[in-house]
Order: sequence, then structure tokens, then C-alpha cells
Amino acid sequence: MNFYLLCAIKAAVVAGALMTALAYLQWVERKVIAHIQVRMGPYRVGPHGLLQPLADVIKLLTKEDLLPPGVNRFYFVLAPFLAISLALISICVIPFGPEIHAGPVYTWMQLTDLNIGVIFVLAISSLSVYAVVLAGWASNSKYPLLGSLRSAAQMISYELPMGMAVAGALLVSNTLSLRGIVETQSQYYWGWIPAWNVFHGPFPQIFGFAIFLITIFAETNRVPFDLAEAESELVAGFHTEYSSLKFAGFFMAEYANMVTVCAMATVLYLGGWMPPFPARYGSNFVPGIVFAIAGAVAIYHGLHPARKRDRLTLPAFGAIFLGIAALFCVPLFQPILTPLFWFLAKTGFLLFTFMWVRGTLPRFRYDQLMRFAWRFLFPAAALNLLVTALLVALVG
Amino acid sequence: MDAILFLIFAITAVVCGVLVVTRRHPISSALALIGVMGSLAGLYLLLGAPFLAAAQVIVYAGAIMVLFVFVIMLLNAGEERKSSGSRLARVAGVPALVALLGFLAYTIFRMYPRPETVEFGGFHGGTPYAIGYAIFTKYLLPFEITSILVLIAIVGAVVLAYKELD
Repeated sequence: MNFYLLCAIKAAVVAGALMTALAYLQWVERKVIAHIQVRMGPYRVGPHGLLQPLADVIKLLTKEDLLPPGVNRFYFVLAPFLAISLALISICVIPFGPEIHAGPVYTWMQLTDLNIGVIFVLAISSLSVYAVVLAGWASNSKYPLLGSLRSAAQMISYELPMGMAVAGALLVSNTLSLRGIVETQSQYYWGWIPAWNVFHGPFPQIFGFAIFLITIFAETNRVPFDLAEAESELVAGFHTEYSSLKFAGFFMAEYANMVTVCAMATVLYLGGWMPPFPARYGSNFVPGIVFAIAGAVAIYHGLHPARKRDRLTLPAFGAIFLGIAALFCVPLFQPILTPLFWFLAKTGFLLFTFMWVRGTLPRFRYDQLMRFAWRFLFPAAALNLLVTALLVALVG
Repeated sequence: MDAILFLIFAITAVVCGVLVVTRRHPISSALALIGVMGSLAGLYLLLGAPFLAAAQVIVYAGAIMVLFVFVIMLLNAGEERKSSGSRLARVAGVPALVALLGFLAYTIFRMYPRPETVEFGGFHGGTPYAIGYAIFTKYLLPFEITSILVLIAIVGAVVLAYKELD
């Protein structure tokens, strides 16, 4: 098939899936936070609030697009565009799965594999600070400016330990291509411990993973490092003056960044699309069984409904889950869906961790945040890098 | 395709370069400079040096220019007023510029009378492996000297800032 046509199809599929995922990620987050706080969360629009993202989109589209007086018009409009486009670019180097084929067409489940993939993602993420800085400055108002300056300082400070933690994983993998990094993690120790970089010899990157996890919370401006938009002190931080679609741009950029960094963590440390235990112990059957159990539970609750409407909606969901479970058993789809399932499961778990932390931890104070980055995180990352480099040089 | 991309990046670089000088607001100038860096990175990528392109973006656009923008915003520098310019600059400026460009062109043609055509994708020394190999074998001494220089600069900056704090 034509190379360009194939690229266009892949890009369309990834973009469509990513956009839907971003919209529903927000629904998932509201549900997770609600259940942590013993509430129900969105429940009114559609069954279990499932149409809530659609309602939110319509609300944001039809809201008045305010342009406050005194703003620098060009940069004020540029900032959200910059935020969303930079947040979406990185996804094009993330590998979702191995090489697959549909008939005679062979292709990788990845938009493109750069031989500098990791550095590309770091470069794009180092640019994303401009969106925040420009938004704060162009608003010509004190809270946005304070929020954006805080955020810029925070992102620059945490980029350093993040880069050093990533360098540790790269030393173990010995390549910069994201696809290559996943492929070096495909082995198993003693037949069952996966050789993911978290467990990979000569020096398991478990500290590197912890440091990376902490820094990505700061890089995406999420709780407990959401000083950029600390609403109790700064109203809403750098996007105080934004409304309607421009606000939605920042909102989407935050979630897109979350997806990217979680996918990066999965690829760098958790073995990408590799299953956590070998196929001969039946890891290929896990996705089917998981979906079948989910379907059975939904149908059971549909037969004993707590609310009247559940009599209809829950069996419908159960049927959908059972259908997905059946898809995983079809030999034609299995080699495509199973790696994708493991990749999405790991990324999804990390995304859940983001929400979990948001529902659990309070916000840092600004001086605590900076002291933590420079006095603890940076030396720890440097030490991790040194020990890894020494052991790789001695053993590898 | 390569030629089209080259033209796009080259024109962006030149336009942004002109904007750096002509814009009156410091922030606009700084952002135009980022545009120059970004298009240069694109050109490096076209020439087959992906690592250099990424390093260009990370170091210049992502680190140095952030500090520039940061300082401009903290100082809250306003728009500069355009001076009317001296008569000498208006009279002698254009001929001097033409003379300088002519001299440069002449020198370059004297040094490289038959320029080899640059082929896109013909160069393969820009991969991370090749650059790492070159740095740690052939150019080890310059590399180490540079790192010591950077270390001295860091220590100097800390010493200067510390005195101010006292």
C-alpha cells in the first residue's frame, strides 16, 4: 500500500482515539475523585454520566469567548494553540505495539520511529513551558503572571532530575529509539520475572522510575505540584483570564501531557507492550478473562438493579464487555489487541495513579517544592545515574 | 520534497531573523529568535543530523531562551521607542551593507570556487552513536576542556550571586 496513505490512516486512527480518550479521561478523573471522596460524580447526562464529556464540549463551545482589555492580543491567542499542539506532537513517537499485518500490509503500531525518540520527547516537553509563560504574560494581570512565573521555574527545575532519571534507563537499554527500548525489555529472568527496566540488570531502575514518576507530576502541573494554578492563592493561575475554547485548549493540553508522560513511563520503565509474565503461562488469555469478568459483573448487577435505570444500561455494558472479550479470542485480532491491551493497561494504571494522588495528597508550598527538587531529587537522580553508569560500564 | 522543506525552513529562519531586529517589543524579538532556532533545527534534521537538531531545540529554545523570556518578563520591559536614526546611517548604511555582503560573497567564492552540491540524506554522521563516538575518541580533549570551562562558569556565577546575598 502507498506509504503516504498508510501514514494518513495511522495518524487519523491515533488522533481520533487520542481525542476521545482525552475527553473521557476527564470523565474518569471526575468519577475516581468522586469515589475517593465518597460521592457519585457525574450521573445526570447519559447512563452513569457517560455523555458528560459531550455536554462539557457543547458548553465550552457555546460560551462567550472573552478577550479582556489590556491583553496582548496575538500572544494571548497564540498561547493555548501552542499548549495544545505541543502536547499532541509527542504522541507520534510513542510505540503502542509490535509490528502487525493486515493481509499483505505490514506496519508498526507507532506513527514514526525516530532514532532520537527519547530526546525528541524531551525537546518538545522543554518547549511546552512557553505556552504557560506566554499565557501568563499576555494576560496582563497579576495572578496569571505570578502563576506562570512559578510554573516556569518549577518546570525548568524538575526537567533536570527527569532528564537524569531518563538517562539511567537509556544506559540500561543502550538505545534512544523508543521502539528499540521496548524491544530490549522483552526477555524474562528465570522464565518469569520480566526484564523491564524497573527490574533490568545490571542496576534495576527502580529509583529512576520513582524519580521519573515524581518529576512528571511536576512537569504536567498536577497535584501535589499544581502551584501554577493554586486556586486558593492565585484564583486559577496562568489561565485565569481565559474562557471558552481557549480555556478548553489548556485543559486538553494538560490531559494530553498526562497521557504522553504516562506512555513514556510505560515505554521507558514498564516494558511497553510486553506482558508481565510469559505467554506460556497464559498471559494471552488475561485480557479476555478480565473483560469477561467485567461483563459478567455488569450483567449480574443489571439483573439485581439498585436503581431502575440500571436494568437497561448495565446489561448493555455487560454485552459490550463480553463482545470485547470475544474479540480477544479471535486469532486474527489477538496479535493486534493483546499487546495494545498491555500497553493501555500500564498507561491506564499510571493515569489512575495521577488521579489517585490528586484525591489523596495536599499541595506543596512553593519553597518546599523548590527545596525538594534541588536538595533531594536532583542529587538522588545524579547518584542513580552514576551508579547505573558504573555498573553498566563494569558488567555490560 | 527535501527542497520544499528546505525552502520552508530557510525562509522561516530568515524572516524570523529579520523580525528579531525589527520588532519593537523585547518579547516579540525573543520569540522570533526562538523561531530562528527552531527552523535551524529543522534544517539540521534535513541534513541528516537528528541529534544536533534535538540538542538545538533543548539547549537553545528550551533552556537559554526560556531564561531570556523570563528576565524580560520579570523586568517588565516595555516597547522600545524608534529613534529617528542619524543621517550618517541613512546615507552610508546601504552602500556599506552592499559592500560588506559583496566582500563576503567574494571571499566565499575565492575559498570554495566549485561548491559541491549538498545532497539531503547523504550524510550519516549525525546519529547519537556517531556523535558520542566522536566526542569520546577524537575530540575527547576539547570536550573535557569545555566541560571544565562550563564548571568554572557555574562556580563563578555562584560566587558572584553569593556576594550579593551577603
